Amino acid sequence: MNTEDTRRKSCQKASLICDKVQYQEATFFEKTKLLFHVLMCRMCRKYTQQNKKLTQSINKAQVTCMQKQEKETLKETLSRAIQEQQS
Amino acid sequence: MPKHKIDPNNWIDLYSDYLFNYTITRVNDRDLAKDLIQETFFAGLKSMKNFKGEASERTWLISILKRKIIDYYRKINSNKAKAEVRIKYNSDTESEGDWLEERVADPFDKTAEDTLENEELGEAIYSCLEKLPEKHAAVFKMKTIEGMDTETICNELNITASNLWVIIHRARTAMATCMEKNWF
Repeated sequence: MNTEDTRRKSCQKASLICDKVQYQEATFFEKTKLLFHVLMCRMCRKYTQQNKKLTQSINKAQVTCMQKQEKETLKETLSRAIQEQQS
Repeated sequence: MPKHKIDPNNWIDLYSDYLFNYTITRVNDRDLAKDLIQETFFAGLKSMKNFKGEASERTWLISILKRKIIDYYRKINSNKAKAEVRIKYNSDTESEGDWLEERVADPFDKTAEDTLENEELGEAIYSCLEKLPEKHAAVFKMKTIEGMDTETICNELNITASNLWVIIHRARTAMATCMEKNWF
């Protein structure tokens, strides 16, 4: 029970680091820790692979979205048009 | 009172990112894409009464947007609008490119196919993003697509950093499962 608990906790930590790695925010020490954990833990290994794949495909697709400001201006013009139509 | 109700006030929150991504892969110009989306929303507003609710709102808006994009290419009278296939083999007098090898597509030049695949990939990503809970999707978008700092997002949404990472983690897991199902 106790060991189960600690294992879950270390997996949580590992996945947090793994997420950070995707945004280049993990430190070298954290990365080493992750590496050791991944060597032992199959679930986290799978998650790491999946996570990497997701990042790669997002980079590959070069998805963009509108800036917040652009959206706000668009919203304003649209709501004005809605009001015009209703009146 | 019709069975389906559409609310144009929510359009921008719900669909603008998807539509924008769809447009930008086709016209390759941010300002133009913005204009086209605005026109699409206006046109949608005008023909709201004709919307029968047979398709989802997004599909309906996309179909308007498609017309707008085609109209744009017609207006500038581009080659894309006048696209027709002309295949001639050996009819010109010039002998350059006579060899069959010169007429076969370059196997290393896969750009067109790649772009096409990337367009579809972008759409797949966005449709997966739509299935996430609203807040998770918002955080994921800010962090991954807009590339904002952790701190900026935390300040803006009034959450702690560890809170943000938990949301990111859940969003990533859901996205990975969704993409696994629909794409990979």
